[in-house]
Amino acid sequence: MNFKHKYFFLFPGLFVLIGILIFPIIFVVRLSLSGWNSYNPGLDFIGLDNYIRLFTDDPRFWESFFRLSFLSVTTVVLQYVIGFALAHMVWKDIKFKRFFRVLFLVPMMTTPVIMTVIWRTFFHESLGPVNDILSNFGFSPKWLTDPALAKFTVIIVEVWQWTPFMFLLLLAGLLSLPKEPFLAAAIDGASPVRKFIYVTFPLMAPISIGAIIIRLIEASKIMDTVYVLTSGGPGTSTETSSFYIFIKGLREFQMGYAASMSFTYLIIMIISLTIIAKVLTKLLLKE
Amino acid sequence: MKTCLTAIISSLMIFSPMAYADKWSDQFPHIKATGDIPGDCSYEEISKKDYKGKTLKINTHAVPVMGEPTALHAEQFEKLTGATVEVTHTPAGDLYSKAMVPFQAGQAPYDVVFGFSNFINDWKRYLAPVPKKYMKSKEMKDVTKSHVGVSSWDGTMYQYPVDGDRHYLKYRKDVIDNPEYQKQYKEATGKELRVPQTWKEYAEMAKYFNGWDWDGDGELEYGSAEVMKKDDLMFAAFFSRSVAYAKNPRTPGGFFFDLETMKPNINNPGFVEALTDWVEATKYVPPGGTNFGLGDEIGSFGGGQTLFSFSWDDAFIAAMQDDSPIKNKVGAAPLPGADRVWNRDTNSWENQYNQAPYIVWGWAVGVAKKSKVQEMAFDYLCFFSNGANHQADLAIGRFGVNPFKNSDFDPNIYINSMGWDPEIANSYTKTLLDMEKSKNRVFPLRVPGVFEFTSAVATGTSKALAGQLSPQEALDEVAKEWEAIVGRVGKKAVQDAYAVGVKMEDNKL
Repeated sequence: MNFKHKYFFLFPGLFVLIGILIFPIIFVVRLSLSGWNSYNPGLDFIGLDNYIRLFTDDPRFWESFFRLSFLSVTTVVLQYVIGFALAHMVWKDIKFKRFFRVLFLVPMMTTPVIMTVIWRTFFHESLGPVNDILSNFGFSPKWLTDPALAKFTVIIVEVWQWTPFMFLLLLAGLLSLPKEPFLAAAIDGASPVRKFIYVTFPLMAPISIGAIIIRLIEASKIMDTVYVLTSGGPGTSTETSSFYIFIKGLREFQMGYAASMSFTYLIIMIISLTIIAKVLTKLLLKE
Repeated sequence: MKTCLTAIISSLMIFSPMAYADKWSDQFPHIKATGDIPGDCSYEEISKKDYKGKTLKINTHAVPVMGEPTALHAEQFEKLTGATVEVTHTPAGDLYSKAMVPFQAGQAPYDVVFGFSNFINDWKRYLAPVPKKYMKSKEMKDVTKSHVGVSSWDGTMYQYPVDGDRHYLKYRKDVIDNPEYQKQYKEATGKELRVPQTWKEYAEMAKYFNGWDWDGDGELEYGSAEVMKKDDLMFAAFFSRSVAYAKNPRTPGGFFFDLETMKPNINNPGFVEALTDWVEATKYVPPGGTNFGLGDEIGSFGGGQTLFSFSWDDAFIAAMQDDSPIKNKVGAAPLPGADRVWNRDTNSWENQYNQAPYIVWGWAVGVAKKSKVQEMAFDYLCFFSNGANHQADLAIGRFGVNPFKNSDFDPNIYINSMGWDPEIANSYTKTLLDMEKSKNRVFPLRVPGVFEFTSAVATGTSKALAGQLSPQEALDEVAKEWEAIVGRVGKKAVQDAYAVGVKMEDNKL
């Protein structure tokens, strides 16, 4: 057999890889070195001007990045805790187990934009049902117009929408765990809490790390919830990196500058997620 | 004699416009109130065209605003001409980029593109100018001078007029004209309850009527509904509040910039005063009012929740529809003015009353230069805004079609076909007409990269409304950003484009 033939079989995969992954990234890098905007379309070359502007004259990008970090870490931690609790619940033999398993997945199967419109209606401060009920107890929270509370509202919607994803991964993990360690713990007379701390949780660590990283990647792209719920407001209090890049790229049509932000953001995310994965591995898989 | 009379009546039936009206309104119930109205693009004329086998592709707004009439008139156009019309609906925020991306790539996936009139500077190089044939049409001759101006660039029309927009004040007539409330207000404040003449009066009245049930419907009512949601047209609401303080008829040469130096005026004391008023307004809007977009504003005022509102026609038309709880209880008036106006030449306030209409941008539509069916595209647009369609569209608030023809200012249209109270119809048409006649108008900013400028205003003003920055700090930030944008776009490019708008504002075009 001719050794070179094996390369022939690599071509389809390689072609797809270049087409859908390598080319777009290279194009974004090239775009980021241009001044493409609404009045000056085209791939001219302006060197590193966009990057210089980003690092020296755009505090809004960095503010939105730190806001995003806060929102994504908070939502993912909450999703992990709630998702684990729900998965643990339906892992046991409880009544209507199948029903609950399907029910807990419903939020994830709904369209994010539509559901956010519904949440916005719920939280509408003068016409929504939430404040209508709370006003009977003397509360009328400013869900969408108070800078601090608006972040909390975004977190609620994100947690509601994406906890099922965490639930699904963790339930799959729980169902695949070996039975022997649990039998051994039962023979040793371990309480349910000790069983969870010393058996379930350590065994679930590799899956937990994977689930958290996948959700962090997704959460760091949070856009639709912010777009529909608050448009980044009040002020810039819920503006995230992806929403800011969207404004610069597709609202203001600063394509070159938006590309430089996207590429910078990609690099930052690769570095930070690698560090997070290593830290989590060290913490959870130390034994 | 009887035969003769029958013949005369039959002839009248056949040759009068009413005959067409019956014929076409039977087939197209949308125009049942008027029937077909003779014109170059009437149902009768368009039915003579044969576009069988040809396809027209349109990108328009999501339904209902502008999207619904686009689709309706497309369906009618298909029936009349045999053409195939494909309508794509796009959210407002994406209309610009959905056309701009293929335009810049040298493609024309859509023959007809809907957008806003302030896109004109960025879009004009990709649009076909409106041909002379349509410029001379009966329908076009009826378009007001200011809307011809808004649709044109330096004398060439690139956007086909289908809508007319301006901001004006809407108020609850049943409250402002109520003698009992007038007395109560006078006793409480020592001032007259009247249609507010200044923004300060507006604020005082809005505060007084905020948070109690003043119309006896069992619900709380509030002072004002305004577009305050970031990025949701809030910049236009801010400009409406600014014109009274910052558009000085004695200092021509630019409202947004000083045309000579291209230094932004946006952070001068006139604009700062307007933003200070606006921050104050957060206290008299309904709960959640600082997150109101245009749809919320229409629903709030149109649903009877507030005393005042100001922006496009839609809230007023919604309030005057048959299904509205406040039909014939609302009034229209010019935007409030101010007791002082900033003079940027002398760097001082002039203590005299000032009022300026804001002919804000609105819906606009163009035909792609690279379209292969340009004639059909212009025929469709001409048909869209023909007399019968236009009058029927005006009566439906959700369509978003507002007056832009001289004939629209006849109050009888609204009295006879829409059931408006004559006094309200008269005040409405007078308000709009007076804006057309004003010599102190502000037109929308139409310069290259307009979205960068308006986006900066939205960000800055929303920071002030959220309490993140003071009005002065917020507008200083906007001015700094505007200077940076001018630098990036090129001072001359912005200056040349801005000069065209300034000519209109200074009544030289």
